[in-house]
Amino acid sequence: MKKATRQSYGEALIELGRKNENVVVLDADLAGATKTELFAKEFPNRFFDIGIAEADMMGTAAGLSTCGKIPYVSTFAMFAAGRSYDQIRNSICYPNLNVKICATHAGITVGEDGATHQMIEDLSLMRSIPNMKVITPADDVQTKWVINEISKINGPVYVRLARLATEVIYDENQKFEIGKAIMHGDGTDGTVFATGVTMQEALKAQKELKEKGINIRVIDMFSIKPIDKEMIIKCAKETKKLISIEDHNIIGGLGSAIAEVLADECPVKLTRLGIKDAFGRSGNAEELMKYYGIVAENIIEEFLEK
Amino acid sequence: MDIKELTKKAVEVRKGIIEAVYWAQSGHPGGSLSVADILTVLYFNEMNIDEKNPNWEDRDRLVLSKGHCSPALYSCLANRGYFPIEDLKTFRKIDSYLQGHPDKNKVPGVDMTTGSLGQGLSAANGMAIAAKMDNKDYRVYCILGDGEIEEGQIWEAAMTSNKYKLDNLCVIVDNNNLQIDGTIEEVMSSYPIDEKFRSFGFEIIKIDGHDIEEITKAFEVAKNIKGKPTCIIAKTVKGKGISYMENQVGWHGKAPNEEQYKEAMVSLGTGLK
Repeated sequence: MKKATRQSYGEALIELGRKNENVVVLDADLAGATKTELFAKEFPNRFFDIGIAEADMMGTAAGLSTCGKIPYVSTFAMFAAGRSYDQIRNSICYPNLNVKICATHAGITVGEDGATHQMIEDLSLMRSIPNMKVITPADDVQTKWVINEISKINGPVYVRLARLATEVIYDENQKFEIGKAIMHGDGTDGTVFATGVTMQEALKAQKELKEKGINIRVIDMFSIKPIDKEMIIKCAKETKKLISIEDHNIIGGLGSAIAEVLADECPVKLTRLGIKDAFGRSGNAEELMKYYGIVAENIIEEFLEK
Repeated sequence: MDIKELTKKAVEVRKGIIEAVYWAQSGHPGGSLSVADILTVLYFNEMNIDEKNPNWEDRDRLVLSKGHCSPALYSCLANRGYFPIEDLKTFRKIDSYLQGHPDKNKVPGVDMTTGSLGQGLSAANGMAIAAKMDNKDYRVYCILGDGEIEEGQIWEAAMTSNKYKLDNLCVIVDNNNLQIDGTIEEVMSSYPIDEKFRSFGFEIIKIDGHDIEEITKAFEVAKNIKGKPTCIIAKTVKGKGISYMENQVGWHGKAPNEEQYKEAMVSLGTGLK
């Protein structure tokens, strides 16, 4: 079954809203696309459409949080992490306020809207702000867990959500923990670190490589910050080849975060698959993933050619 | 407090501003002095606050959106008893909690961290919305600079204040007519400030921002305006109270030297010679 994490987000918000009356939701005229409209319908008095004014939305959320509310703030990743960077940094993260920024339509998988709407720098921007946690859930089950779990953490969190529908990976009983990566398989021929929409590609590559006698492991790095250093070091020591794959610029995102850990703890080569410091373009999301080289085939090539 | 006591208190607040900026040899005296009377009335007469319980849930809140005027805010808080007046001398020092710009997690009595201009009104709106959601009757005050309102976010926020009919919100524009590069008209005119805020749905009150009685009355009037936010436009003098700083753009972000410090303190009546 395929489902976009933004849809799972919208559904999770309703559940959370029923459990916790302090949860409020803010949107910037994109409630239909970010799926916060689901919450708005059930809790109209706890939903605030701030209009096309993302900077103000972030500040309003900051103010609400100082009075005990738990604001979930949504817009496209471009306008959350991009347009409102200063507000997120100075009005939310520096005072360590309890605001959850759930940004949808991240990455080139936005598709047809093109480069102006394809946020491929948000992981870089958000993870370098002190106090901020950064999470990229990969599927429906994980997204729902994350949206609920972060309501229990006091402090800012950036959740990166996708427009593209992707495979449901986990079953309902899967255990998650912020800061702990999830290992799929234990092959030693190589490790693929993935996050968000690239998880399904990594798992697909793992399956196809197995048929060719190459056994790799896939690591779900849904928690970009805090990052699971132990898992990275373990894989660097136990496997022959390390690859990261992300729907993000290769500068500053998942690959960079892993490279930082490797440089500090265990220097080995890492091949980073991602958008190679270029802007996106219009097109169908799946075509774009192929065009920019972030599909299963790109992972397979790395193992077959080298 | 009566007008006479508030007038005396405003002198104490100004002394604190000069002490802080002098000992730091850094900071923003001009705008701190222009907003000093307004903040004095708020902290010693108007606001329902408890210095022994800075995080009291039902307290009135103040967002100093023009956060560089922290010396005025800190001096009010110190004089009100949130922390020792003596600590003002540690302002901007590496081991001090008195950061260059207000930090709500470090300084007791600071309701919102500010400093990056244009962001405070949004936060004040959030506080005012929360009060309405929780049926609480606390009020929220937000101090803006006349240069600061050149920031676009202020006008985004003004629309939000209007949309949610935040009659528990009172915005004060410190209209001292100067910003770093020159006068407001020279750099980027925000005039007419009254017509702008009126058209954004605010009730407008215009006052002399150094007339303690007018300031006091304006807050009384604002409390009784229902169904919309209020904007008090306070005509002020940058550097007010220190003769050589008054209306001098150069005193936006400069500390007095020893001689100037003594002159200022003498004029404020410390007996220093």
